[in-house]
Amino acid sequence: MSAHSHVDGHLPHEPEKATLEGRNKILGFWLFLGGETVLFGTLFSVYLALRDQVLDGKPAHELFSLPLTALATLLLLTSSLTSVFAVHALHKLDNKALIKWLVVTVLLGIAFLILEIYEFYHYVHEGHGFTTSAFSSSFYTLVGFHGAHVAFGIVWISMIIRQLSKKGLTVVTAPKVYVAGMYWHFIDVVWVFIFTVVYLMGKVV
Amino acid sequence: MSHTHTVKRYSGLMDWLTTVDHKKIGILYLLAGGFFFLVGGLEALLIRVQLWKPLNDFVGADTYNELITMHGTTMIFLAAMPLLFALMNAVIPLQIGARDVAFPFLNSLGFWTFFFGGVLLNISWFTGGAPDAGWTSYVPLAGTTYSANHGVDYYVLGLQIAGIGTLIGGINFLATIINMRAPGMTFMRMPMFTWAIFITSALILFAFPALTVGLVALMFDRIFSANFFNPSGGGNMVLWEHIFWIFGHPEVYILILPAFGIISEVISTFSRKRLFGYSSMVFATMLIGFLGFMVWAHHMFTTGLGPIANALFSIATMLIAVPTGIKIFNWIFTMWGGSIKFTSANLFAVGFIPTFVMGGVTGVMLAAAPADFQYHDSYFVVAHFHYVIVGGLVFGIFAGLHYWWPKMFGRILNETLGKWTFWTFFIGFHMTFFVQHFLGLMGMPRRIWTYLDGLGFNEMNLISTIGAVLMGVGTILFLLNAISASFKPKNAGNDPWEDGRTLEWTIPSPAPEYNFKQTPLVRGYDAFWKEKMDGHKGMTPAEPIGPIHMPSPSILPFFMSIGLFIAGFGFMYARNWGHIGPLNTGYTVAVIGLLITLGCMALRSIKDDHGFHIEVHELDDKGGKA
Repeated sequence: MSAHSHVDGHLPHEPEKATLEGRNKILGFWLFLGGETVLFGTLFSVYLALRDQVLDGKPAHELFSLPLTALATLLLLTSSLTSVFAVHALHKLDNKALIKWLVVTVLLGIAFLILEIYEFYHYVHEGHGFTTSAFSSSFYTLVGFHGAHVAFGIVWISMIIRQLSKKGLTVVTAPKVYVAGMYWHFIDVVWVFIFTVVYLMGKVV
Repeated sequence: MSHTHTVKRYSGLMDWLTTVDHKKIGILYLLAGGFFFLVGGLEALLIRVQLWKPLNDFVGADTYNELITMHGTTMIFLAAMPLLFALMNAVIPLQIGARDVAFPFLNSLGFWTFFFGGVLLNISWFTGGAPDAGWTSYVPLAGTTYSANHGVDYYVLGLQIAGIGTLIGGINFLATIINMRAPGMTFMRMPMFTWAIFITSALILFAFPALTVGLVALMFDRIFSANFFNPSGGGNMVLWEHIFWIFGHPEVYILILPAFGIISEVISTFSRKRLFGYSSMVFATMLIGFLGFMVWAHHMFTTGLGPIANALFSIATMLIAVPTGIKIFNWIFTMWGGSIKFTSANLFAVGFIPTFVMGGVTGVMLAAAPADFQYHDSYFVVAHFHYVIVGGLVFGIFAGLHYWWPKMFGRILNETLGKWTFWTFFIGFHMTFFVQHFLGLMGMPRRIWTYLDGLGFNEMNLISTIGAVLMGVGTILFLLNAISASFKPKNAGNDPWEDGRTLEWTIPSPAPEYNFKQTPLVRGYDAFWKEKMDGHKGMTPAEPIGPIHMPSPSILPFFMSIGLFIAGFGFMYARNWGHIGPLNTGYTVAVIGLLITLGCMALRSIKDDHGFHIEVHELDDKGGKA
């Protein structure tokens, strides 16, 4: 029952659910993701309501380049896979493999973020600034919120990697890894919707 | 197994700043919510003084707009919700037999973000003008064109920060109720107040993020010149109405469902009867929560959404009367044949029933879309929502405070003063708002700062103002009661009402910091009452006596909230504060504030909280029994 009883000895089969604190954390995080779903749902609704209001700016089908965003999609979806490998390593209680897969996940996340920053930079030079139109404001807010979530995830998972290498895999660090994995999947799913609703539908004239 | 971690235990002010104990956080919510309730009440009195006679010039039109905006915003976000959170914190873990909430640290963070958000909002009074676009902050009125000063910026940022606290609280109580119930406390054995808070927390979780997005969009429009709600930039003003009410309608159920829960507990206890139709109460609450998300556009009948949308939202709204009616009848049937004690708490609960029915009836009237074109933006609407919010929620809060005061503070409030509080507040309330129905039907529009003589409004406005003063007297009597009680000895027993039915009445008043010395075994609905009926003195423990693990206190939540508070100022004044070298001063301040918050988050993540143990011999010293 205590949070400490497993630290030194053998870890149980699912260390993330071994303590009440861990179970609370996982449940609380599922609930938090429920709230995040409403947050992004509202952002998507706002974007859908305003996406045709381009004014003097370029419309979506002239602006977006699918190869670029497809590459970003590929990177982020692969990072989702590597985060699954990380949780798999967690369940095998293999701290080395866990750290390795988390590092790969973070690197893929950084690559995605670099692409997104390049993309935004490019759009601004095309005359698609934040204040250009209702379309541009809602586009940058939706995609930017997602990007901020990726950035936050990168910092967060990096800190977990550091803790794993210092403290090892324990019943305290295991729930953190698991919850961060849930978070990373969530932002991947949001990106799938962004790719579909913003970029693919944007190409439909 | 008992590790002895030396944990610094604070006393005095530092104890309150660092506490993660749900009972102390409940008291903090009560103090802060009570303070904002007085501020909002003072604003209400100023409004009524301005309207007591035609063509009054007590306050100007500008000040009047600020007063109505701040009155609504303060009362809903900074008074009503925190007072509910006070009762949730004080009672829910005790009712489900838990030692604490699921996330004690987050509980503290939720309080401090709410508090600093509220303080930020109210600072606007002293910095050149409070928000004045109404509590609904409709655009374009709330846009920079018509609200050029910083008032609405305070609204946007203050509510955003306070809203984080509310969302955290919602998640915390959901997780607590799902994961932390004592053995045997199945969902269908939970007390009705716990059920109400469970569903309320779900509504908070799914409603508040919509407000977050709305406030972000309005903030971006105002501070970064975005075009969400700016028609000349392609924006859409009706979009704000949709977003606001998709949040705003569930919000009114977030306010009223806990009151339903309180009333259920109080009426059942003081009728000495099991709550009539418990399972129908549970499902009625769920249904109200569900339908609460389906009716937002009934606030927008006159926006011009068309007859189909209006008809659908009209019918969905009327449907809510069905589960609400079930509840009303269940309360009446609970009292039927009971041996009723009219304590102050029960007076408020019983007074709630007819008052809330009146608010419900006008609600169904307003739900009829064609008729709403007549009522819209008139005092009829003002009367309606005060009947449900004051006559519903505030009566519920007063009932709950009188009922649970001994459990929170170990002292029973004076019953005579309590009854005076009830009668002055109850009569004052009906005087204030009953006449407003007719003012509305006669054509007096809401949100106007004065009216002409000879329209037939004079007498009723005067009556309304006198009623408001009477409500003020009731509130002062309650304050006197609370203050005078604090000088009396802590002599309330475990079960001061002698008819307690639920687990909170099985432990000392006030509860020791670990709540239950031994986790109780729950054998049925109304767990304590069942033991009493079976001839037992207390609960059967579900575990042997052992050391109890407690979370450590922390100052981090306080600093995280201060960080957000500082960042709020930075964003607001970015366009006024100029530059330091190449850096925009405002944004620099904002980034520093956010870094404080993020830095505290990082500290929290890196530094493990081992907590501490209360050893068995310490438990005996404090004399808490399971």
